[in-house]
Amino acid sequence: MSRNKVLLQVNSLKKYFHISRGFFGGDKTVLKAVDDVSFHINRGETLGLVGESGCGKTTIGRTIIKLYEATAGSIVFDGQDITHLSQTEMLPYRKRMQMIFQDPYASLNSRMTVGDIIGEPIDIHNIAKGQERKEIIQELLNKVGLNSEHANRYPHEFSGGQRQRIGIARALAVQPEFIICDEPISALDVSIQAQVVNLLEDLQNDLGLTYLFIAHDLSMVKHISNRVGVMYLGKLAELTTSKELYKKPLHPYTKALLSAIPVPDPKTADSKQRIILEGDVPSPMNPLSGCRFRTRCPYAGNICSETVPELQEVESGHWVACHLVHKIN
Amino acid sequence: MKNILEVQNLQTSFFTHVGEVKAVGGVSFQVGVGEAIGIVGESGCGKSVTSLSIMRLLTYPGQIVGGSINFAGKDLVKATEKEMQRIRGNEISMIFQDPMTSLNPVFTIGNQIMEPLMRHQKLSRSEAKAKAIEMLRLVGIPSPEKRAAQYPHEFSGGMRQRVMIAMALSCQPKLLIADEPTTALDVTIQAQILELMKELKEKINTSIILITHDLGVVAEVCSRIIVMYAGIIVEQGTREDIFYNPRHPYTWGLLKSIPHIEAEKKERLIPIDGQPPDLLKPPAGCPFYPRCEHAMEICVEQRPPYTDLSPVHKAACWLLHYNAPKVERGN
Ligand SMILES: Nc1ncnc2c1ncn2[C@@H]1O[C@H](COP(=O)(O)OP(=O)(O)OP(=O)(O)O)[C@@H](O)[C@H]1O
Ligand SMILES: Nc1ncnc2c1ncn2[C@@H]1O[C@H](COP(=O)(O)OP(=O)(O)OP(=O)(O)O)[C@@H](O)[C@H]1O
Ligand code: SF4
Ligand code: SF4
Ligand SMILES: [Mg+2]
Ligand SMILES: [Mg+2]
Repeated sequence: MSRNKVLLQVNSLKKYFHISRGFFGGDKTVLKAVDDVSFHINRGETLGLVGESGCGKTTIGRTIIKLYEATAGSIVFDGQDITHLSQTEMLPYRKRMQMIFQDPYASLNSRMTVGDIIGEPIDIHNIAKGQERKEIIQELLNKVGLNSEHANRYPHEFSGGQRQRIGIARALAVQPEFIICDEPISALDVSIQAQVVNLLEDLQNDLGLTYLFIAHDLSMVKHISNRVGVMYLGKLAELTTSKELYKKPLHPYTKALLSAIPVPDPKTADSKQRIILEGDVPSPMNPLSGCRFRTRCPYAGNICSETVPELQEVESGHWVACHLVHKIN
Repeated sequence: MKNILEVQNLQTSFFTHVGEVKAVGGVSFQVGVGEAIGIVGESGCGKSVTSLSIMRLLTYPGQIVGGSINFAGKDLVKATEKEMQRIRGNEISMIFQDPMTSLNPVFTIGNQIMEPLMRHQKLSRSEAKAKAIEMLRLVGIPSPEKRAAQYPHEFSGGMRQRVMIAMALSCQPKLLIADEPTTALDVTIQAQILELMKELKEKINTSIILITHDLGVVAEVCSRIIVMYAGIIVEQGTREDIFYNPRHPYTWGLLKSIPHIEAEKKERLIPIDGQPPDLLKPPAGCPFYPRCEHAMEICVEQRPPYTDLSPVHKAACWLLHYNAPKVERGN
């Protein structure tokens, strides 16, 4: 196996959707779900991705594993440009990359038993048969905190959190190198979250896994990630190590995000100073001139409506897309 | 405070091909008028089934097998389907945990919000349309006029959740049951939605049952908290009781397992080891005993009774019995 330090490189990735209706009638629009995003993930690293609902996180994940065709830009996995590979050419990469889906309800086939859901990728990639297959499935179920007896039941018999763990077991079944975890723990309660996060960390240590970890629970993202990217409306606003991001957020949106985290402590909750954002979230269908955050940004100046701020390395390893970053920090 | 809802010894089971799953095993609680309570607890402990029971939306093979649900003077367990249809989406509304299964994939978002407004509030089509767009804007969906014409699959997870919230809030219900309403949302939008819910509570005295895994969210919104485990309530009290003076070992474990954002060094999280019991064969004694580091012999054999620690704070644990050894909450 080749040993590139960088496992995944995403270059100027764009994904646009074409929308054709308006509620009151209307014309075609382009929805820029992901608009010029670049980042890399090193082997064995966890990159966290956070941001507003609808900012394009899931779309990035789905485009990386080629569930969506990229509109522009490229995706390089372990040195190989996979952006335009055919379905058959993709097959070996499908085994190496897995995605744990956000919606634990829609993503499991309701007519299959849990055992067969987890066994399906084992069959597709010819990993094991018979007794060995059964043992792998049971081991996976135990790994994610379910019982071996659960293998014979159906997804609808499980709670949201339990279903999410079935999805994780399924992703692990083919022993992938890279896993896109799309909100893998938001449906779980905190004690199981801790189990799953410890599990993901152990797997990473044991097997050298690489993760793209999408979530909006910032405390968990901080905990699990080496670096974190903050997205806003299809673009990266800030990207740096998780420690730096929480200690010294530089982008106004990141500052607001951090201040809005609900604290599990009534006294602090009542007294905490919050940056409450005002203004509308602009639509990805009506691209805004200049900085996309300007309608809600408390610092916005003239330049912000004129030019799009580029992601720049403001300090070593700390990237920010804001014109006024030096003035406001 | 008058109660809008009184749930007494509610029991709900699923009669599956492998046996009876006792999803809710005798749950009692009240919600005052204009009060917001939180329900927290392990995944699978029966939070959603409790709320579906209140809404009488259980589907086969689920069934309420005992207890009563008194809503504004009426026992919902005995209500006819016709009465329930009038209550649902009007006096009680619910934000469901899984927006995709509760939104109809073949209707536009706009039509789905308009429908109950026309049915329950007797708005005209154009009034309902205007209201739908206003509600979408209120929950932070940009370009609501365009968005309303789209179908559920064209929305991101969090946007679907906001559509559900818009639907639930548009009828100004007496009781709002919100099942994980903000899990898919970023915290700035979450803050906005929680503000919206608090406003509803203050302006029209809506009572709220908020089900969530996020202890931060309950700390901000709820004055009282119910902690469930394996189909029963193991502890309930004011939010201060639960955060500062928790008395049940499960609540201790829950509080210990949250990561702290201020943490300087990366520390390993402390989960509660083991798994919740299989509700097909719930243990005879305390359902938490297989995972409880303080478990005693009696815990295996007999279910712990509730001990009243104050008029509103109670917990079900043998450690609270006067004969039990003194145990401190570890850190
Ligand atoms: N199949 C699709 N067709 C049309 N538009 C889509 C499609 N999938 C996503 N979108 C749009 O792309 C944008 C980004 O969606 P995406 O699901 O990537 O967001 P997200 O960041 O994952 O949000 P969330 O945190 O709510 O899951 C949204 O505006 C969404 O409506
Ligand atoms: N249709 C069903 N058939 C059999 N068992 C079911 C069914 N629906 C739910 N259950 C069981 O009932 C129990 C309670 O489920 P419920 O959905 O209420 O959990 P929850 O507390 O809401 O969990 P989560 O936090 O994961 O949403 C679970 O153990 C689940 O397996
Ligand atoms: S570029 Fe301007 S509007 Fe955008 S974040 Fe910076 S200050 Fe705010
Ligand atoms: S009753 Fe016993 S097993 Fe249950 S929580 Fe208390 S000490 Fe633990
Ligand atoms: Mg998403
Ligand atoms: Mg639930």
